[in-house]
Amino acid sequence: MISNSQLVNKYFRHNKKFPHIWCPGCGIGIILGNMLRSIDALAIDKNDIAFVSGIGCTGRAPVYVDFNTLHTTHGRALPFATGLKLARPELNVIVATGDGDATAIGGNHLIHACRRNIDITTIIFNNYIYGMTGGQYSPTTPHGDKASTCKLGNIERPFNISALVEAAGATFVGRTTSYHTLQMQNIIKKAILHKGFSVVEVITHCPTTYGRINHKGSAVEMLKWQKEIAIDKSRAEKMSPKELEGRIITGVLIEKDLPEFCEQYDSIIEQAQSQAGKPK
Amino acid sequence: MNKKTSYQLMQGNEAVAEGALAAGVSFFAGYPITPSTEIAEVLADRLPATGGKFIQMEDEIGSIAAIIGASIGGCKSLTATSGPGFSLMQENLGFACLAEIPLVIVNVMRTGPSTGLATSPSQGDVMQARWGTHGDHPIIALTPSSVEEAFHYTIKAVNFAEKYRNPVILLMDEVIGHMRARVNLPPRSMVEQINRVHPNMPHEWYLPYERSATGVAPMASFGDGYRYHITGLIHDAKGFPTSNPNEARDNIRGLFAKIERGFSEICLVDYEYMEDAEHAIVAYGSMVLSARSAIEQLRESGIKVGLIKLGTLWPFPRFALERFLPQLKTILVPELNMGQIYREVLRVTSGKAIIEKLNRVNGTIIAPQEIVKTVKGMVR
Ligand SMILES: Cc1ncc(C[n+]2csc(CCOP(=O)(O)OP(=O)(O)O)c2C)c(N)n1
Ligand code: SF4
Ligand SMILES: [Mg+2]
Repeated sequence: MISNSQLVNKYFRHNKKFPHIWCPGCGIGIILGNMLRSIDALAIDKNDIAFVSGIGCTGRAPVYVDFNTLHTTHGRALPFATGLKLARPELNVIVATGDGDATAIGGNHLIHACRRNIDITTIIFNNYIYGMTGGQYSPTTPHGDKASTCKLGNIERPFNISALVEAAGATFVGRTTSYHTLQMQNIIKKAILHKGFSVVEVITHCPTTYGRINHKGSAVEMLKWQKEIAIDKSRAEKMSPKELEGRIITGVLIEKDLPEFCEQYDSIIEQAQSQAGKPK
Repeated sequence: MNKKTSYQLMQGNEAVAEGALAAGVSFFAGYPITPSTEIAEVLADRLPATGGKFIQMEDEIGSIAAIIGASIGGCKSLTATSGPGFSLMQENLGFACLAEIPLVIVNVMRTGPSTGLATSPSQGDVMQARWGTHGDHPIIALTPSSVEEAFHYTIKAVNFAEKYRNPVILLMDEVIGHMRARVNLPPRSMVEQINRVHPNMPHEWYLPYERSATGVAPMASFGDGYRYHITGLIHDAKGFPTSNPNEARDNIRGLFAKIERGFSEICLVDYEYMEDAEHAIVAYGSMVLSARSAIEQLRESGIKVGLIKLGTLWPFPRFALERFLPQLKTILVPELNMGQIYREVLRVTSGKAIIEKLNRVNGTIIAPQEIVKTVKGMVR
């Protein structure tokens, strides 16, 4: 496997000013690093990757890495990526999006991208909070937890992102945490190879906002908490709903082979062209 | 049909779709809305045979996002909408202005605000086209006043977008969008197609936002080997976010400078009966039709009135008025809004002539007779 220094040298932009904007201990860097390891393991040419993001701490991931990178508007990474993928189907299009970006302001785009089954890999960095704006509750903040806009506890029920995208028709769904780095690399690899719309939900930690206001401890303690709540799908299948309460099921949750959007569109083009060629 | 000029009966919206194809548009994303929907329907039918692509998105926010993405992939891209959809597009329109992404938005204007009068004409989005997205930015907005012009202006819109790396808005009123007329379209070989300039330097030397002598930076498509960053944040020549005041200034002022440089080319204006005119009607879109017929009648009764027809609304072609100010006593601006271009005319003429407005916001048009009456009142 590629060493850390090789990874940095190969994939981080040499002409970009560092340091990055993330807080010490933030989970976003872990996910980005493992995404790069997955890409490296698949030996994909850097020119063939388009890395697209929305707005938020997560949205800042593309600027540091040496791909075709596109930092869009809040919630809209998926429709930008959709147009780009249709224009350049040969590109591997990977989207990085936060829980708020993907499921609040961008929720409509997310479900429709799932339904369309366009070949885009979407990594949702779920830190249960709006990190960038200072820790307001998001659609995934657990019921009863605190945020700067619900100091007495969240009275809304959270989305289960993986269940949501499965219901919306995503043909690949995987879930992991920023603690489970090898599992994360495996799932991201499979998601990139999957022909169709794939979602990888990564449970991660924002020690600065969600962690602090909910007394979750340091970044290390939050990683340990991820280790404790995660349960692999193969083990979860043998457990009762009671035993699974408060746990997060990880692994490849959905993997289906269904017609992909760009390929179907190519056959529309073929049909239209052969009809146009026919004398009327 | 491709060889020689062809006469055909065509609707304004269909002419836009034909113009888009003639200009080389290969990507359309949209969401249905009256009175623009025919544009989407025609392109959904026609694009695949050309190898182009159509997608119906979940809303207009997604539609403009998708055409930005496709443009970054190298496709000439266009969307079509009307007021409510145009409102939804504003945030990403600003993205395209700042990131300098070529694209065309066709807005077939209906009466607003809000859902308004969904099937009635209006020119109410003129100022929204100028300032609808937040922050200082230049914009190009063209407005055809006939079906044939809808074809030609769509081509111009695509060409300007490509040349200046800027979004272009084609503002049509519902009358032009839905009017059917006999048109005389040039063969494809006669249509001028402008393509964005691509970089030709070695990959390592490419600075994506370094302006060339034209004021516009060459644009690489994603996937062509020039790996670079595109963002809606204020950025430096490398495309990377910056908060350095000098770099921020250069970024925003550079946007204005490139459009200022192209000003005289971008401003489409026509003059009719202006040589000896003492009075002028400033009109655009369907108001040109009413103005023309009014001018005929007024000329018959001996009033020396001419037409200043605006094909470009933004940047505002101020010279079109300035050059006639010495000879003009009065100017009338008939509009299907409360006086959006009237304010511009007032601004650039700064009290040097008598300016009057004639406005309509009830979903009907202004008839020639009303213009005749108003001009007669002004002349007296
Ligand atoms: C249209 C719009 N509304 C609001 C904002 C402000 N805003 C920026 S980031 C953000 C939340 C991001 O949360 P999430 O997607 O979870 O990303 P994180 O920062 O947690 O990684 C908000 C509300 C914005 N940039 N644009
Ligand atoms: S605020 Fe939270 S999510 Fe954002 S960089 Fe800091 S730790 Fe990470
Ligand atoms: Mg978040």
